[in-house]
Amino acid sequence: MFDNLQLLIEFPAVTLDVVLNGLLIGAIFALAAYGMALVWGVLNIVNVVQGELVVLGGYITFVAVQWGLPPLLGLPLSAVVMYGVGWLIYRGVIFRVVDRDIFISILATFGLSILIQQLANLVFGAEVRSVDAGFGSLHFLDGMVSLAAVKIAAFVLALGAGAALWFFLRKARLGQAIRATAQNPRAARILGIDTDRVFAATYGLNAALCGAAGSLAVMAWTIQPYMGLPYTIRSFMVVVVAGVGNVGGVVAAALGLGALENVAGFVLGVEFQIAFVFALMVLILVWRNIRAARQRSYLE
Amino acid sequence: MSRLSDWHIMGALALTGIAGPLLFPAFAAQFAFLWLMVTFALTWDILGGRMGYNSFGNIVFFGIGCYAAAVIQRDMGLPYFEGLALGLAAGVVLAVLAAVLLGSALLGIRGHYFAIATLGLAVASGEIAAGWRYVGAGSGMALPLYPGALGERELFFTWSLLAVAALCFLFCRFLYSTRFGLALNAIRDDHDKADAMGLRTTPIKIFAWCVSAFFLALSGGLAANMIGFIDPRDVAFAGATFGVWMVLMAILGGKGTLWGPVLGAIVFHITQEIFWTYLLGWQRVALGALIVVIVVFFPQGIMGWWAEWRARREAA
Repeated sequence: MFDNLQLLIEFPAVTLDVVLNGLLIGAIFALAAYGMALVWGVLNIVNVVQGELVVLGGYITFVAVQWGLPPLLGLPLSAVVMYGVGWLIYRGVIFRVVDRDIFISILATFGLSILIQQLANLVFGAEVRSVDAGFGSLHFLDGMVSLAAVKIAAFVLALGAGAALWFFLRKARLGQAIRATAQNPRAARILGIDTDRVFAATYGLNAALCGAAGSLAVMAWTIQPYMGLPYTIRSFMVVVVAGVGNVGGVVAAALGLGALENVAGFVLGVEFQIAFVFALMVLILVWRNIRAARQRSYLE
Repeated sequence: MSRLSDWHIMGALALTGIAGPLLFPAFAAQFAFLWLMVTFALTWDILGGRMGYNSFGNIVFFGIGCYAAAVIQRDMGLPYFEGLALGLAAGVVLAVLAAVLLGSALLGIRGHYFAIATLGLAVASGEIAAGWRYVGAGSGMALPLYPGALGERELFFTWSLLAVAALCFLFCRFLYSTRFGLALNAIRDDHDKADAMGLRTTPIKIFAWCVSAFFLALSGGLAANMIGFIDPRDVAFAGATFGVWMVLMAILGGKGTLWGPVLGAIVFHITQEIFWTYLLGWQRVALGALIVVIVVFFPQGIMGWWAEWRARREAA
């Protein structure tokens, strides 16, 4: 187990390779996490179905490529289709749980996640899927560091999508309505904003972000029906660390998580990588709680 | 329940539990799972219903019970029943220890953070068990065969699981009638006020989780022996089936009531056994849909609905 750790210490180039590949994957986490922060901030819901939306987005690109579309066109396609899926999920279930106890929304979205995950399993099968975007790899430092070009493209596209969202939320009319509703839904209603439509649009936007993330994941990595929950937990963890309304923080935390996770997978072995993600989330919550308790005792 | 007292219903259930598998030996395993489900729902409700701490992670203690029994029975070289007894004892001790340790770390976390943290805990422990070679890693562990005749084996486990469920019910019933039960409700209704009133909330919460862990580990060791094989993700740390069912059954019956979890477990198990076979591979899709429907449209549960109905009738 610790042989690999020694390898990392003795060959900095290997470390660089592992960390860089992790950072690039982290951009995908950033997209999903940004969506989760949006829904959390505006609807006050922890969206446990987040990861399944990512996986569904991946399957849309996968099917599109099988129909002969170029892989990069799968990205906007996934985003658009997933906007519709998100809107449907909101109209079907989410709007009924928006004002209720937060555990009800957690459990309802958890039920949705089981539903979608099992449907995906029946429709697409349990095999691990990926799409070859046909870009090849770039090599640096005598081939010690190799990065798939598609991962770099995914990184750039993910950051681009994040930036576009940032501008949308500040400049577009709907974006401003979303931010107003996040600040105070009641005041927003009084000022004539149809908050129900804003909620639906926010949820759709979140699903579109997840769809884009999934599309990049299927090109740069792999997808599988049961890979949803880890994405949910990653997004949750990133939002907890970065805070709900902090784009820069979300991106930084997500990239850090990607790198950390890749290093942990390299050192502990791939079979423990998922266990690492979940255990890290528990540790972060415990640490956050200890800090909060310390602040409380200062007040006393 | 005015004329029909608790003791009548308990007696009827116990009689069904004892006589049922004798009269219908083919259904003995169904009875055994029914009692397992009752224990699941009851132990979840101690935290989820009474104390307002919605946990997705109670399955961890069940898994610890499974693995402790399996490891002791594999490595100690004892005769079957001695091995089983020692395995169960070890499982209980380990699970309660785990509840104390995890509880002191996690039970300070409130609300949805606690729910997600315990969800992470459940998945992480399943993944760790699936990667740990000492406990068979991903291929799981097989348990020793029961020495007696085939029919006797079913009866033994059915009745043991009935005993665990009955013990759990009686203990919860006792617990809720004491000041401790009131303290649990106080924590649920207003945690900060409970603190301010001088309740030592942290030890109370940890003790409540220990009670859950105790009964879950006991039923875990027995269930592992009854099934004869434990898989890390599908039996021991089965977050997607047992782990969710616990929550669902308690809510379906009515969380925070004494009989709700029992009723929810019975209704859920019977419905599942009758309809599940007709769904042909769509069971888990149906489970997801069922969770959404129950949580969104029926969050008060059967007992809650009954209380509302009675209140409306008395008002009219």
